[in-house]
Amino acid sequence: MFDFSIFTTWFDALLRETLGLGDFWSILIECVLVGAGILVGYALIAMLMIMMERWVCAYFQCRLGPTRVGFHGTLQIFADVLKMLVKEIFFVDRADKLLYAVAPLLVIIASVGTFSFLPWNNGAHVLDFNVGIFLVTAISSIGVVGIFLAGWASNNKYSVVSAMRAAVQIISYEMSLCLCLIAAVVLTGTMQMSGIVEAQTGAFKWLIFQGHIPALIAFVVFLIAGNAEANRGPFDMAEAESELTAGHHTEYSGMGFGFFYLAEFLNLFIIAGLASAVFLGGWAPINIGVEAFDTVMNYIPGIVWFFGKTLLVVWLLMWVKWTFPRLRIDQILKLEWKYLMPLGLINLVLMTVVVALGLYIK
Amino acid sequence: MKLEFVSFDFEKFASEMLNLKSKKGFDYLVTIVGEDFGEEGLGCVYILENTNTHERCAVKQIAQTQNDTPYIPTVSDIWRVAELLEREVYDFFGIVFLGHHDMRRLFLRTDFKGHPFRKDWEFNDKYTLEDDVEPDYGLEYYLDKEGKLQCKQNKLFEADDYVINIGPQHPATHGVLRLQTVLDGETVKRIYPHFGYIHRGIEKMWEGMTYPQTLALTDRLNYLGAMQHRHALVGVIEEAMGVELTDRIKYIRTIMDELQRLDSHLLYTSCVAQDLGALTAFLYGMRDREHVLNCMEETTGGRLIQNYYRIGGLQDDIDPNFVQNVKALVKYLRPMIQEYMDVFGDNVITHNRLEKCGPMSKEDCISYAVTGPAGRASGWKSDVRKNHPYDMYDKVEWEQCILTGCDSMDRYLVHINEMYQSLNIIEQLIDNIPEGDFYVKQKPIIKVPEGQWYYSVEGVAGEFGVYLDSRGDKSPYRMKMRPMGLSLVGAFDPMLRGQKIADLIATCAAIDVVIPDIDR
Repeated sequence: MFDFSIFTTWFDALLRETLGLGDFWSILIECVLVGAGILVGYALIAMLMIMMERWVCAYFQCRLGPTRVGFHGTLQIFADVLKMLVKEIFFVDRADKLLYAVAPLLVIIASVGTFSFLPWNNGAHVLDFNVGIFLVTAISSIGVVGIFLAGWASNNKYSVVSAMRAAVQIISYEMSLCLCLIAAVVLTGTMQMSGIVEAQTGAFKWLIFQGHIPALIAFVVFLIAGNAEANRGPFDMAEAESELTAGHHTEYSGMGFGFFYLAEFLNLFIIAGLASAVFLGGWAPINIGVEAFDTVMNYIPGIVWFFGKTLLVVWLLMWVKWTFPRLRIDQILKLEWKYLMPLGLINLVLMTVVVALGLYIK
Repeated sequence: MKLEFVSFDFEKFASEMLNLKSKKGFDYLVTIVGEDFGEEGLGCVYILENTNTHERCAVKQIAQTQNDTPYIPTVSDIWRVAELLEREVYDFFGIVFLGHHDMRRLFLRTDFKGHPFRKDWEFNDKYTLEDDVEPDYGLEYYLDKEGKLQCKQNKLFEADDYVINIGPQHPATHGVLRLQTVLDGETVKRIYPHFGYIHRGIEKMWEGMTYPQTLALTDRLNYLGAMQHRHALVGVIEEAMGVELTDRIKYIRTIMDELQRLDSHLLYTSCVAQDLGALTAFLYGMRDREHVLNCMEETTGGRLIQNYYRIGGLQDDIDPNFVQNVKALVKYLRPMIQEYMDVFGDNVITHNRLEKCGPMSKEDCISYAVTGPAGRASGWKSDVRKNHPYDMYDKVEWEQCILTGCDSMDRYLVHINEMYQSLNIIEQLIDNIPEGDFYVKQKPIIKVPEGQWYYSVEGVAGEFGVYLDSRGDKSPYRMKMRPMGLSLVGAFDPMLRGQKIADLIATCAAIDVVIPDIDR
């Protein structure tokens, strides 16, 4: 497999040895470049997600979707972004100005932070700690603070109700989300993102194959909880446009709203990306132990595998969103605390037993 | 129905009304018509129905006056629907109801001067741009020991209530309805509905119009039930004039009514899905509604705004392709209704959301006059097409859809079943439309003989009726509608106390209110 670290090592050597820059300057330049890369990637993927959502939902609803701007409406998204950029940003009367301004930033910071953990290719991780999974869950939880503050600070009763809902829902579903990730950690024996993906290379080593029943349960629970975590239908309680108009971001316009909008779509991508990295092997190609087949598969670049799997999961989540009606808040909490969380706990025990007895595919 | 009024002594009025309900079984208060009877003074006409025998009667009561304030004892403790109906009479005529605990205006602004339906009222107020200061209390009038009219204030809210306005601009109220909702967290404690945001005074306008002119306003009520509204209006005028319609007219009117019902129910089933967050199911319904509209458009020329019936028949004959198109539609629609169930109605989340949501028992439904599919979901056989058949409804085979779940799920299912019944009715009639005139010629100036009539049809969301008081002129002396939605909204509060906000939205959708119909 192509290892992207060849490139990064070369670039590092270029700065340090060929150009003779010290630690400070070389690390600074690298950080700036990587940061810019993340932001550009973030924006591009956001656009891709928004267009995908439009096309997928149009397809489900017997509609055509955007067709007017550009070829098959491909430029629609640029028109939308432009519109959002030139809109006036206003402050609500008697709102808590500071919190009101900070809230969208918190949401987008949490989203970008989590985004940086995704393993794009062999050797192409931006953030890769030895407690990576742990840090992902920690950073992603900042988002709920942003949502809560947005609802609280905008002096709108709908928003307050929405903020309460979002807080209680997202905090609840983080339980299941973490339990599923821990199950994966038990199987792979590492918390490092690259390590987890590495453990999934080889014949039938993707986690859902390797860990069979418990991994499959963990994957399904992860998708449900992730959907709730990303505030998407049928769990879009916080937004619930037919109940609370637009929920926590009712009072935001321009890029304030844009940040929530971006973060929502990117969170979908991040959840799908994490699911594919942890359970579907990330950039790891599918290998079945037949050499000819495996070799062909290995020729396909890792980033294609990663994107393919992620978009597949995204499509699955969109399918769910555009099929099901919305749940009620008490039903959502019942689902989490009475079914998903106990299931996650039992699954964790099951996974531990499977690993302890060596019943997984080696 | 020609009305023969029963009258009671003023002192005995309250007890006699209670007798009518408890002894004679008149448990359904169809409507209260306020009227300025001229010489006799102000008063009310109560139209009542016995829900077992479907016998109807009308009670006329003239108000007594003290310090220029006319008053009548309330009946809101006998029939709960009177709570809103009496507020409407108070708003338009200034009659106060003794013992009613919440006398506020219903449609007009609080700062409106006078009561516009009194015959001596003239508009001499200036339009104002000031904010309307809403009272946070309701007035209760009573007679003290000396027989003097007194009033006291009843607070609407507690000091620390969390009050949230659902509406007037809200995606789930389907128009400019405002539900002032007291919340305890997510739980609904109390709902005060506010109307009048689209009040156009149609009944007042009618008093200055000739009979043919009055017709033009009916399609602006429930814009999904334009045919039925027009049907009730021409029905009452034709009955009063004694017009004999040809069979062809009756056939076509029945078919058109049912097409309109399909149109409305399709939109309804779609909107329930949308309000529950299932946008895909919504668009499936809208897709098929187009086919229904196409069928109607070829004949009537309208898609939403239907102007087809007129006094003495129809505007024009049916389109040459009408029969063929309608048959194709019926064939197309049957499997599609099953599709809505597959996509949305049978979904487990839908069941979880709608079952036990906004419950109301049969007795309460009758007391709150929750007619139409919502009442039938609680087991009340309230279908006017069966109880007081008009046109062809007693000559075709169809079933009244009755369910007993008393919740929003059954309200949805009644609508689904009614679509099948509508298709059945259309199927039986469409092949046999007899030859004949589509219009019975009327005099150029239409005058209606003296008397009072009430004629009702089964609208898309309940009983829709028109009361006509004619003094023999070419325009009505007083004409009053029984809107479908007013009593439905009045029932929100008892249905939803203790339920969640999401249930409020679901019930609001499942009960099918359309605001222009309420506000008139």
